Amino acid sequence: MEQFAQIQVSHLFFLAFASLAVVAAFNIILQRNPIYSAIGLIVVLCCLAGLFLTLAAQFIAAIQIIVYAGAIMVLFVFVIMLLNVREEESKIDRQKYLKFLAVPLFLALIAEVMAVLKTLGNPPASPNIPGTVESLAEGMFSIYVLPFEATSVLILMAIVGSMLLARRESKEDADDIETALNAANEPTAIEESSEEEVHA
Amino acid sequence: MSSLINSIDFPFVLGALIKVIIFWITIMIICAYAVYAERRVLAVIQNRLGPNRVGWQGLLQPFADLIKFIFKEDIIPLAVNRALYVCAPIIALVPAMMVLIVYPFGPDDLPLPGGEFLTQTVGNLVAKLGLGWNIDLRTVDLHVTHFNVGILYVFAMTGLGIYGIVVAGWASNSKYSLLGGLRSSAQMVSYELGLSLSVVAVLLMAGTLDLTEIVKQQSGWGGMRWNIFGGVSAGQGLKSLAMAIPAIIAFFIYLISAIAETNRVPFDLPEAETELVAGFHTEYSALKFALFFIAEYVNMTTVSVLATSLFLGGWNGPFIGTLPWLGPIYFLGKVFFFLFLYIWLRGTLPRLRYDQLMSFGWKFLLPAALFNIALAAIIAVLVY
Repeated sequence: MEQFAQIQVSHLFFLAFASLAVVAAFNIILQRNPIYSAIGLIVVLCCLAGLFLTLAAQFIAAIQIIVYAGAIMVLFVFVIMLLNVREEESKIDRQKYLKFLAVPLFLALIAEVMAVLKTLGNPPASPNIPGTVESLAEGMFSIYVLPFEATSVLILMAIVGSMLLARRESKEDADDIETALNAANEPTAIEESSEEEVHA
Repeated sequence: MSSLINSIDFPFVLGALIKVIIFWITIMIICAYAVYAERRVLAVIQNRLGPNRVGWQGLLQPFADLIKFIFKEDIIPLAVNRALYVCAPIIALVPAMMVLIVYPFGPDDLPLPGGEFLTQTVGNLVAKLGLGWNIDLRTVDLHVTHFNVGILYVFAMTGLGIYGIVVAGWASNSKYSLLGGLRSSAQMVSYELGLSLSVVAVLLMAGTLDLTEIVKQQSGWGGMRWNIFGGVSAGQGLKSLAMAIPAIIAFFIYLISAIAETNRVPFDLPEAETELVAGFHTEYSALKFALFFIAEYVNMTTVSVLATSLFLGGWNGPFIGTLPWLGPIYFLGKVFFFLFLYIWLRGTLPRLRYDQLMSFGWKFLLPAALFNIALAAIIAVLVY
């Protein structure tokens, strides 16, 4: 009860964001419809931004929302909508014995988390964590400048690699596209079935 | 529990609440009359009269429209995904509204008329209740709050607003809505890059992400040291005019991206009437449609406020030193200028084709913004 005497409004915010994040995280794995899972993930990311705010890391919170919730998840949702991903069919038959493995693994995970939490003790009283623009930039462009630049090169390589994989350059591919285009121009029966089953 | 109560800054929270309510009403009135102005100005451009029956010159038209929206039958089509269909307008509107806490409406420490009296009355009341708050109402700051990532906060919230459109398009279970939602998500992600990169030139000049601070820095030269004129950095004199070059380029990149970001003509592909009926809000009616409509206008106001604060000096203008209450008037005047620009463009330009829109965003605007950052950085090093 002693700990409750020290409670502050930031603790309440932590509780609200943390519990909402846990609920939304469960929602991600429990939903069968991929778009609900994606929305759950967006909520988790926003809650994490809220948790960063309670730690006085405003810059990281804003970037968290801009990059993850505002850009990456939009692409996720975009792909789900574009490919018209159906609700996941139940695959219980094929994974009959996995559930016997799942329970001990889950218990092991809980035990691990509890063990780690026990060693931690109380968090520092005043959150003096560097999360503002200035402190972050100072770290990024002085001590961590080499890892930062290396990461940039890594990401650039990933972009170039994906461009290379996605691009069709050979003669055969060009011919394939041409025949496909010619086939599309010929009058054929219009397939309407895919659109009708969006929410089937 | 006493530590919980002590940890809340009640005077700040109450003051912020009052300010939020006042600013919210202001923004709602601005949006309502932006719709009215749009209809009247478009009518002038197209050589007709426009709505002029409700009240003098049709000035009560927005309220008549609101009442109509409230009392119309709210249709939820049978085949929609009900939960998401209902949530989508809310997802669109709430983040758009949340931005208004960082709008810098006017200068800090404005002398409040009758502030002496108010301070005494409220002070007496607080003393009677034994709360021990120290309340000073002689001056007010015309912004709810400011923090050191103000601009990023605005971008984050406008970024979340995309989901309203995307979810609406998907949940409606209609081809037109889905296409509109897909188009808008692709368009807004593409143009968000140009929007945020164009702002970097201004951030290089300002050295801060705090919106109020950026506006405050532009108050030199009798209130005309705006960023678009190369402003900022006292004691640099005419040399800092060189910064005007990247600032003007950034301003135009920002303006184009902002129009695309808010789905307005000539970039209104998500609701292209001739192809998609009404795009993502085809299946929406009554108050839900009105919420999308309001969200669009609030977003227009937000990008106008950002353009005003970042490039045109915010509340700064001539005689601001002697008459500080001119500040909010200048501010609103500049915002209305941008809103008028939106309407003007809508009456003038045809819609782009979708592939033109994408190639313009990725192949011209984005490289131009990146080039402009390099230019701004080089000039900043030479000048400052």
